[in-house]
Amino acid sequence: MLKGKALKLGDNITTDHIIPGRYAHLRSNLPELAKHVLEDAEPKFASKVKVGDFIVAGSNFGLGSSREHAPLVIKMAGVRAVLAKSVARIFFRNAINIGLPVLICNTAKINDGDKLEVDLKAGTVKDITNSNQLTFGKIPEIMLRILDEGGLIPYIKKYGDFKL
Amino acid sequence: MGKTLAEKILDQESGSIVIARVDLVFAQDTTGPLTIRQFQACGFKRLANPKKTALFLDHAAPSPDISISNDHKLLRQFAQKSRCLIYDVGSGVCHQLVAESLAKPGDIIVGADSHTVTAGALGAFATGMGSSDAAVALALGKTWLRVPESIKIQVSGKFSPAVMGKDLILHIIGKIGADGATYKALEFGGEGLENISMSARFTIANMSVESGAKVGLFPADRITKDYLSAQGRGDQYKSLSADKDAGYEKTINVDLATLEPTVAKPHRVDNVALARELKGTKIQQVFIGTCTNGRLEDLEMAAGILKGKKHHPETRLIVAPASQNVLLEAIRAGYIQTLIEAGASILPPGCGACLGLHHGVLASGEACLSTSNRNFKGRMGSPKAFIYLGSPATAAASAITGEITDPREAM
Repeated sequence: MLKGKALKLGDNITTDHIIPGRYAHLRSNLPELAKHVLEDAEPKFASKVKVGDFIVAGSNFGLGSSREHAPLVIKMAGVRAVLAKSVARIFFRNAINIGLPVLICNTAKINDGDKLEVDLKAGTVKDITNSNQLTFGKIPEIMLRILDEGGLIPYIKKYGDFKL
Repeated sequence: MGKTLAEKILDQESGSIVIARVDLVFAQDTTGPLTIRQFQACGFKRLANPKKTALFLDHAAPSPDISISNDHKLLRQFAQKSRCLIYDVGSGVCHQLVAESLAKPGDIIVGADSHTVTAGALGAFATGMGSSDAAVALALGKTWLRVPESIKIQVSGKFSPAVMGKDLILHIIGKIGADGATYKALEFGGEGLENISMSARFTIANMSVESGAKVGLFPADRITKDYLSAQGRGDQYKSLSADKDAGYEKTINVDLATLEPTVAKPHRVDNVALARELKGTKIQQVFIGTCTNGRLEDLEMAAGILKGKKHHPETRLIVAPASQNVLLEAIRAGYIQTLIEAGASILPPGCGACLGLHHGVLASGEACLSTSNRNFKGRMGSPKAFIYLGSPATAAASAITGEITDPREAM
């Protein structure tokens, strides 16, 4: 069970919002890069986020680039999981690959600052603040296994290959 | 039921999860360093296929600062040690180089760059992934894929003068939305394909990802064959088409003759309008180039409009050919001279100003008409700048007037 507070963002948050190209020179310095996480969507995000928080977004979260640095800096900032109405394909795959759960659910009724409880196994999100419960869509089996190992690199280190 | 192009190449029905062989895996200078670190973190030492592995130094080329220079050095050292292919600064944009010399019909291609989908124009299942996936593909020569459902784009007719492939794909994205094809394949078909050049097909496949698509696929036909033959790779051609009774999630019909010059407004690619509707919108920079529209045909169109003219005094004109071959051919054809005489600043082949790293970074409050593929907030520099996307024809016409202009007015 994961517990934390909701940090609400809107629809169509792009990878350029998450880490703009102007910080490409920091991509081999992830701790520095992480200081700019989501800067162009919410300038105070990096100072507001606490370890254990959840990003709660609208539709098409993470559209754009294949930069794996995007989910990496979100995870490094302390975010436990991303909840969104829908997620762009490459971001979804990258997030799972670096061990950041992405949960597809109707986030409309979750407000900024709400206290949430996420049960990954049961597939449920409880909004403690407004006593609302949501279920999230099933993650494909192969991605669940990758997530269980903490990401693709630990998964391949353990199994040496993809196991269907 | 018959098979879609995606089902044919991946040899499974849509919805299946497959472990697929990878015919080419690549990364570039902003995703490559992490790819190498993930490869090493996994304990890998050797590449599965050095000759099917490529690194490209294109996003910040030549390097604008020390940290990126260090990243470039890391990529060069890795290439030397692993004996993979490397395309150093000045060679051009990865997707253009993949198109020119590496991709072929029926290939499965994984690139650590979202615009890897460009090679779908040649009938290759080419898709963008992150550094971890690319690292595993480097080492194992395979990846896992979900066979996507397909949306058919059925085209008929012919483009009107000054209307280009860019206008078609912007029209489609405007229609289906920036997430209209998420997890799906866009597949192009119909008799109108014979009127869509290879260059335009690359533009269209390139931007399929802006509708969320995993891949944008064209059948391999006579135009594909001629293109490969012209590159000296005629032997790599094989015909590839979807079955007539293939199952599509939906079909969208487009008559090319009805299209008009189209522009995506800030800050979303699906926020489209006709160029003529934006008349009067002042722009401070015009950028012609990138994997979307930096090919010979694009420079030919721009040079044709700019010949004997000058860019507007309050509008900068920046041109980046997509590859060294494109640059050389454009020099031979006289397009570069025409563009320089019109006042253009010519950049070395590469990604140029597209992602806000260097070579034409926008100031706060400025607007740019760019032939690239993304107009996201902050993409080309200041988060307070505005990016409009259009074709090379629209870009050239707008450079002359200093405001967004329907190129048919300039012809």
